[in-house]
Amino acid sequence: MTAAPTIPNAEEAVHSRPAAAPGSHDVLLQLDNVHTYYGQIHALQGISLEVRRGEIVTLIGANGAGKTTTLKTISGLLHPRQGKVRFEGRDISRTPAHELVRAGIGHSPEGRRIFSRLTILENLKMGAFTRPQNDIQGDLDHVFELFPRLKERIGQRGGSLSGGEQQMLAIGRALMARPRVLLLDEPSLGLSPILVQQIFVIIQEINSAGTTILLVEQNALQALIVANRGYVLQTGQVALSGASADLRENEMVRKAYLGE
Amino acid sequence: MTAVSNPRVQSPWARLRSGARNHRSITILLGWVLVASVLPVLVLIPPLSTFQPQSLWIDGFSNAGVFILLAMGLNVVVGLAGLLDLGYAAFFAIGSYVYAFGDSPFTNVQIPFWPMLLVGAIIAATLGLLLGAPTLRLRGDYLAIVTLGFGEIVPAVFLNASSLTKGTNGIGGIYKPELFGFKFTLENPVPYYITMVAILAVTMVLLYRLQGSRLGRAWMAVREDELAAASSGINTITTKLLAFALGASTAGLAGVFATSKLTFVGPGQFGFQVSFTVLAMVVLGGMGNIWGVATGAFVIYTIQAVVLKELNQFFQALHVPILQSIDFVQYQYLLYGIALVAMMLLRPEGLFPSSRRRQELHATSDDVADVPPPTEALDA
Repeated sequence: MTAAPTIPNAEEAVHSRPAAAPGSHDVLLQLDNVHTYYGQIHALQGISLEVRRGEIVTLIGANGAGKTTTLKTISGLLHPRQGKVRFEGRDISRTPAHELVRAGIGHSPEGRRIFSRLTILENLKMGAFTRPQNDIQGDLDHVFELFPRLKERIGQRGGSLSGGEQQMLAIGRALMARPRVLLLDEPSLGLSPILVQQIFVIIQEINSAGTTILLVEQNALQALIVANRGYVLQTGQVALSGASADLRENEMVRKAYLGE
Repeated sequence: MTAVSNPRVQSPWARLRSGARNHRSITILLGWVLVASVLPVLVLIPPLSTFQPQSLWIDGFSNAGVFILLAMGLNVVVGLAGLLDLGYAAFFAIGSYVYAFGDSPFTNVQIPFWPMLLVGAIIAATLGLLLGAPTLRLRGDYLAIVTLGFGEIVPAVFLNASSLTKGTNGIGGIYKPELFGFKFTLENPVPYYITMVAILAVTMVLLYRLQGSRLGRAWMAVREDELAAASSGINTITTKLLAFALGASTAGLAGVFATSKLTFVGPGQFGFQVSFTVLAMVVLGGMGNIWGVATGAFVIYTIQAVVLKELNQFFQALHVPILQSIDFVQYQYLLYGIALVAMMLLRPEGLFPSSRRRQELHATSDDVADVPPPTEALDA
């Protein structure tokens, strides 16, 4: 796995991040016994979890465990057949995706899904679709500060970027809507070990600038290092949850996801 | 504009170009006035003057205008929003029948032509919404099949509801337009011509404005990737519905005009070949580029109405055995088919592509190599 060479850096990151959520414990996002189906397939079988303001929370688990489905159910791309999704106390189980972007839920979807024929600038502007177009310069600057590579290639089409740059663009585009919670689906997928490091550092930067983050990752070790808390999903259910540090020490997690 | 910041050092040509960019609506209107005044003069010059008299040319231009209008409307649906509509003639039929019901001795209703233009557009748009609401959840081929069905059903309804529409006989004697007491007649094609040019100019200005608007950007996003569009806060359902409704309203407008000129409407006028011809115009002209599509429509209509006929006469006169016996007008759909296939192979962006389309379709392989295939999989 790519995890091995990243451990020294990862140890440093641990020290820079307290195990508990900074500040208050108010719940931003809450899933209560959520069941989601794809037709007949029962993908989420009663997921309950919560994300508190200011946290980084990670969902880890094997392929098919329901991680992406959970994110899609939160962002309104799917709707639960049973159970409730609450955002800032409001029931959003039936709210369509485009309204949730306005409400403050940003989703960087699986597979990046950038507009490959539009330029970087056009992609970012599309991300700010819900906002007044004369008011986005500050946000563009912010994204370019996080990802200087994007600024260098501002006029280049999304499809011509490398995998890592596309991932940066996908995150940047989601940030343009000024989300209060950012859902990241596999941001490290297909990236080189160095880029994986960079992406995780940037995720922490975005978080310390005030955005709550719900992170889906296959790279469980890295995810548990940057996150405050984690949930382990198995066949559509929460198998285990707790503080990241505890999960890292957990026997089952070590065996199943950390390759030990 | 970007190259030269000081306007005083610009060449007159560059100044003209930047002026045109800054005042697009005025430029479009002036462009239409120019084209509309040059065309009638141009057909007085040989060899065009030998084909047919000027009045027939002008009459033909109005008919071409109907197809330009249809092509510009279908371009919104197919070119801008990326929804393949194979039954577009249905909305043309609806606009035509609306005028036949609203201004003819058949129903004994007499609403003047000018408000009927609006009524036809609105009713067509409403039916566009009604068709779109259940079907726009479908994508690609499936949407094409449903619209193809709709395109067949609408003329069939007009054919079979014979107590309302006189069925296969069609409705005749429909009133012609009238403006401040001035009556349009079949003998004088000029008033129709001027009316059509005015409709085209205004429609084109509105379409350009829409393309540059928020809605235009939403169409672009939906065309590129619906899921990403939704994740960017775009209401994809409304966006697609509006494209459908706008396309339909343009076809409705074309229907009202065409019927007022022909003074007759029958269910046989709206077959699949109409939808197909308009789609061919959009594709050949250059999907997404409004001027290109309009030019494509004009060129194809002229080929169909004039050139093929002239070709017949030309080969008749030559006395070449085989060519003499071919009726080129009969073969027009074969020729469209060949042209479309050739186009897809050689120049998929159309004759007059928008700059964006050209980029899209001529992407080199390494441009797209990094794009991961869209995954709708369950591996959540």
